[in-house]
Amino acid sequence: MNLLESPPQTGGPTIWEEMRARGVSRRDFIKFCTWMSAYLGLEASGVADVVKALEKKRRLPVVWLHFQECTCCSESFIRSSHPIVADILLDKVSLDYTETLQAAAGFQAEECLHRTMKERRGEYLLMVEGSVPMADEGIYCVIGGRTALDIVQEAADGAKAVVAWGNCACAGCVQAAKPNPTRATPIHKVITGKPIINVQGCPPIGEVMAGVVVHLLAFDRIPQLDALGRPKAFYSRRVHDTCYRRPYYDAGLFVESFDDENARRGFCLYKMGCRGPTTYNSCGVMRWNNGVSYPIQSGHGCIGCSEAGFWDNGPFYQRLASFPGFGIETTADQIGLAVGAATIAGAAAHAVLTNVRKQHEIGEHPGESASLAPPPAVAEPDDQAKE
Amino acid sequence: MTPEASPAALSPAAAAPVFKRVYVWELPVRLYHWLNALCVLVLIVTGLLIAHPPAITSASEASFSYWFGVNRFIHFATAYVFVFNFAFRIYWGFVGNQFSDWRNFLPLRRAQFRQVRAVLRVDVLQTTNKPIDAVGHNALAYFTYFAMFLVFLFQVVSGFAMYASMSQAWFPQLFRWAVPLFGGDYGLRQWHYMAMWFFIVFTIVHVYLVFYHDYVEGHGVMSSMVGGWKFVHPGTLKGNGRSWFPLSPKPPRNDVKPPPR
Ligand code: HEM
Ligand code: SF4
Ligand code: SF4
Repeated sequence: MNLLESPPQTGGPTIWEEMRARGVSRRDFIKFCTWMSAYLGLEASGVADVVKALEKKRRLPVVWLHFQECTCCSESFIRSSHPIVADILLDKVSLDYTETLQAAAGFQAEECLHRTMKERRGEYLLMVEGSVPMADEGIYCVIGGRTALDIVQEAADGAKAVVAWGNCACAGCVQAAKPNPTRATPIHKVITGKPIINVQGCPPIGEVMAGVVVHLLAFDRIPQLDALGRPKAFYSRRVHDTCYRRPYYDAGLFVESFDDENARRGFCLYKMGCRGPTTYNSCGVMRWNNGVSYPIQSGHGCIGCSEAGFWDNGPFYQRLASFPGFGIETTADQIGLAVGAATIAGAAAHAVLTNVRKQHEIGEHPGESASLAPPPAVAEPDDQAKE
Repeated sequence: MTPEASPAALSPAAAAPVFKRVYVWELPVRLYHWLNALCVLVLIVTGLLIAHPPAITSASEASFSYWFGVNRFIHFATAYVFVFNFAFRIYWGFVGNQFSDWRNFLPLRRAQFRQVRAVLRVDVLQTTNKPIDAVGHNALAYFTYFAMFLVFLFQVVSGFAMYASMSQAWFPQLFRWAVPLFGGDYGLRQWHYMAMWFFIVFTIVHVYLVFYHDYVEGHGVMSSMVGGWKFVHPGTLKGNGRSWFPLSPKPPRNDVKPPPR
């Protein structure tokens, strides 16, 4: 596990002090800490650690960059159900630079960014929303006259860790779908030598984003990550593993079309193309919009938005994707059946050929008839002599 | 069409061809073969059911049925048998007789390629009838089985990599590394499914060719996987038909004592 250095604990109020100043009661503060600990999958004793950390720690400088993206991650984050979440990041964690939410613009904004990068070098967290275009020297995303690649590399250089928000920053999302005209590239492919946390989803669940921030704030270390760089606390289980429709899956009861009787009964959406069985996310547990619902609960299959390349694994309403390199609707089955049929036809043709060309080999040869008694004299002695 | 002059076994001479019984497939190889065939069959059937579950219209509660779960369980349980059986066959490639020797499967000698060309001429294009000097498999068959082993390996790796997130056992966890290679579970699943079609096509060709060889050559290929014997012309045994490689230290049984009559 990567240990990050703590920001210098000098000057300024701690996070708890700032919260209190804004009128957050002790009770609400503790509730918030408990809630976050639960999301992070900590034991009950972990709550105290979070409380202590937020009581002692000061704000974390954050640079939040936007590249090729739609800002749905920011949206998701600021709509996270607990008011403290938005507060914590917007005021306490403090966004030193974010194009979407900062008041400053133009020169002032650039100035602000550079001040943070210089003064808080090695301390700030770099959070990135969006992918980086690499085609044509990166001209498809230029901010303040500089390419996204240039900006992100400079910002990452002084960052203590990088958080890649959403599918764009983690895997390129829709702009990286074939044929990926701008060569949209995820952050982990353009930055080396820094810990990178991939917070997947399109967008990630707001509470998941908050949980990652709280983890970084409270523990000064990178959370445990899976093989694809996603925090295990939120991405170690498949949507399928926590889906409330799972009993229907195991019972083999499936929706056959969106308006059938089975759909009304709430059967499993597997045959409607649900990507839950191959998608790692917390939707089944945390749900969306303050825990109101999530796609499957609303009758629509998962589209796999927290997995790399999910746009290319379409069509979404077909369980097996079209096979790459063939027509859009061609599945592995059609190809397999065609090859299988061709093989059988080939074997049949070969069998016919064999009967024609090998007619002298096939069937009874002279001296092989059972009625020929005694057996040919040559065989036995010849065989014996050889031994 | 007259066959080439040389081997007596094929010439429609007055005398019946002389065949010698050779013990080719040892019992462990035969057990491997049939267990493997059974596993692949079960894996294909259960896999197809996972891919295309039949439509059931039922108003019953989910708690009354678990057939899809059972089907998946059979797939995974069979997968374990399949894997260890496969591992056993690799082991046997090092200790078994010269026909099951691992070196036959790898393209190591020029003679193997010569035989591949000969097989293509005799058995596929059928432009000549010169018999192939092979007692075990012919070189082309060995190579095909090697390719099949690679697909086995792929199926095992992709299968257990997917299974790793459904299991607490240590064995599947050994394959987790394969997930990022395919970008995620979906890619793995797609290719795992594609590979099933390889097995189906392979089986069609494999079974056809066994019929073909048995029908044309009369060496008893088909029954060789049951009893272990093949019937070959002694001339074949003098050439390099046994193996391209030095004999394994274990003397083949048919050299030790003559088969009972
Ligand atoms: C001859 C070998 C095998 C064949 C033909 C085969 C075939 C299949 C097929 C057709 C599917 C359905 C894929 C889909 O539609 O998404 C499947 C799924 C699967 N197979 Fe295999 N398989 C084989 C070996 C294995 C092995 C060795 C494992 C190891 C554990 C394995 C594990 C799985 C898993 C985990 C799934 C996904 C099941 C689910 O999520 O419900 N398979 N297999
Ligand atoms: S609806 Fe989707 S995630 Fe839920 S059980 Fe069915 S396949 Fe799995
Ligand atoms: S259910 Fe699937 S597609 Fe929907 S938000 Fe969750 S991970 Fe994304």
